Amino acid sequence: MALQLMKGSEAIAEAAIRAGARYFFGYPITPQTEIPEYMSARMPEVGGCFLQAESEVAAINMIYGAAGTGARAITSSSSPGVSLKQEGISYCAGAQLPCVILNVMRGGPGLGNIQASQGDYFQGVKGGGNGDYHLLTYAPASVQEAIDIMMFAFDKAEQYRVPVLFLADGLIAQMMEPVEMPEMVDFKIDPEKKPWACTGWQPGDDPAKRGVINSIYIDTESLSVHNAELQAIYRQIEANEKRWECYKTEDADIVLTAFGTVARVCKTAVDELRAEGIKVGLFRPISVWPFPYEALAETVLQDHVKAVLDVELNEGQMLQDVKLALNGGKPVDFFGHLGSEFPTVDEVKGKIKEMMKEGI
Amino acid sequence: MADSQVVFERTKLLTDKTFHYCPGCNHGIIHRLVAEAIEEMGLGRNVIGVAPVGCSVFAYDYFNCDMYEAAHGRAPAVATGAKRVVGDDRLVFTYQGDGDLASIGTAEIVHAAHRGEKICTIFVNNAIYGMTGGQMAPTTLVGQKTTTSPKGRDEAWCGAPIKVSEMLSAIPGSYYIERCAVNTTANIRKTKNAIKKAFQYQMEGKGFCMVEVLSTCPTNWGLSPVEAMKWLEENMIPYYPLGVYKDKGAE
Repeated sequence: MALQLMKGSEAIAEAAIRAGARYFFGYPITPQTEIPEYMSARMPEVGGCFLQAESEVAAINMIYGAAGTGARAITSSSSPGVSLKQEGISYCAGAQLPCVILNVMRGGPGLGNIQASQGDYFQGVKGGGNGDYHLLTYAPASVQEAIDIMMFAFDKAEQYRVPVLFLADGLIAQMMEPVEMPEMVDFKIDPEKKPWACTGWQPGDDPAKRGVINSIYIDTESLSVHNAELQAIYRQIEANEKRWECYKTEDADIVLTAFGTVARVCKTAVDELRAEGIKVGLFRPISVWPFPYEALAETVLQDHVKAVLDVELNEGQMLQDVKLALNGGKPVDFFGHLGSEFPTVDEVKGKIKEMMKEGI
Repeated sequence: MADSQVVFERTKLLTDKTFHYCPGCNHGIIHRLVAEAIEEMGLGRNVIGVAPVGCSVFAYDYFNCDMYEAAHGRAPAVATGAKRVVGDDRLVFTYQGDGDLASIGTAEIVHAAHRGEKICTIFVNNAIYGMTGGQMAPTTLVGQKTTTSPKGRDEAWCGAPIKVSEMLSAIPGSYYIERCAVNTTANIRKTKNAIKKAFQYQMEGKGFCMVEVLSTCPTNWGLSPVEAMKWLEENMIPYYPLGVYKDKGAE
């Protein structure tokens, strides 16, 4: 298939449509506004629905409504807007509604700025909304990877009945890259596959198939049972859905950890340092929830690895998961920027050399 | 007895679940009217209801059809998402109280009306937050005592009660808006007719419809059911006049 040059936001939107998404509800916010713009023109072409909501709050609740019928629904926003969506995201998680949510992260807190950031890692993987829930959360490092993940995101969401979150930074949406766009998936709502959905029921039908989209379990016992079911699903996801990339880690003295586009800066640093004879590797989580703790530990807890350097475009949020994975087994250092100023290859190389000078 | 025959049955659109509502609360009547309207119109399989947060939060347990339970105030957005998928063939209604619709959910209801969203809203207005134990609502009358307006609602401090039917009828996208009450047999019949009219308009693909139903809250008003009905007649109906506020179909 031929490569085509596409802007990230438009490529992600097109991939969602090819993956069967036919309902988009959203609200403009930089740096992801090209996604609703693209959807507004493209959805009618495929018999889908684009609706500009009055707020991010309304948009995620429209997703709740559409997903509850069994349709493939998607919304996108950027950090402050995703904060507004947290109420609805928690309800989607509680009501076990499959859907896809895009967060094109920008600088924060508050209004922050409109440049790329990775400041919503905690919000994405540690909660965000109220209650004990998780979102299957992916952090793509390229436009192509975002497309590829989108092509199975709805399948995973439906398999486990969880919302899927894309933690993409502003760069992913704003840059253009050559991509290969997959074929259109033929998706139709199948009431047999989604007996929980509101697909049409009347008295006399199988009571188990009445659609009740709900997250309230008012007595302690039933809420406890419901939460135990959710947790059992999360354990399954942890067992089956961890994704990561190891790059030149087999003989590395120092292993870099990074996610999203920052990992690409690190990859270049790895190549340039290796050209200088310094053995460095990169471990990149692709799923950030579930976080690939065991794979990271297995990669790093080797005799040849002397230390880990975590690099992020925030104050060190994934750093906590890196440390949890290693449990004190290796020294972990951090390099990052706040305010959306991207870490450069030279800075990462300089930090590595500094660590080596200090005897690591 | 061989000659006996069934002359009345409870609507199948309500489940067997026992209502949790307080004695004298009007939700029971209004639930029944909604359910009977659906059944009499033969909509059975083609209905999706959206319950609110408030006293009627468990409405999904009572209405015997596909149901959602929405976040507080968000029912019109949830209904929008569902309706945009299922289209004109299916009735989508929200059932909301005054705290849910007229306070935390004002953006959602106003914009659903503005879009001319083809959904129906049953708006139950009892001038108080019931489920949380009797706090001041946006619809609480001036001077009415609640647990958060212990000296009575002070208009100078927190404004006058919101008149939702009047407000939404001014929006071009709303199609049919009527305010009813269930204080008398005649008004109960009028309310049911209003609900059926709203549902009929939706099935004809018309715009946003809302039936506001004035309701009592004996528990939190601190009155007996009979006294509460009298209070509604003497205080609520004068401020919230009954009647059709908008009916594009009749124009």
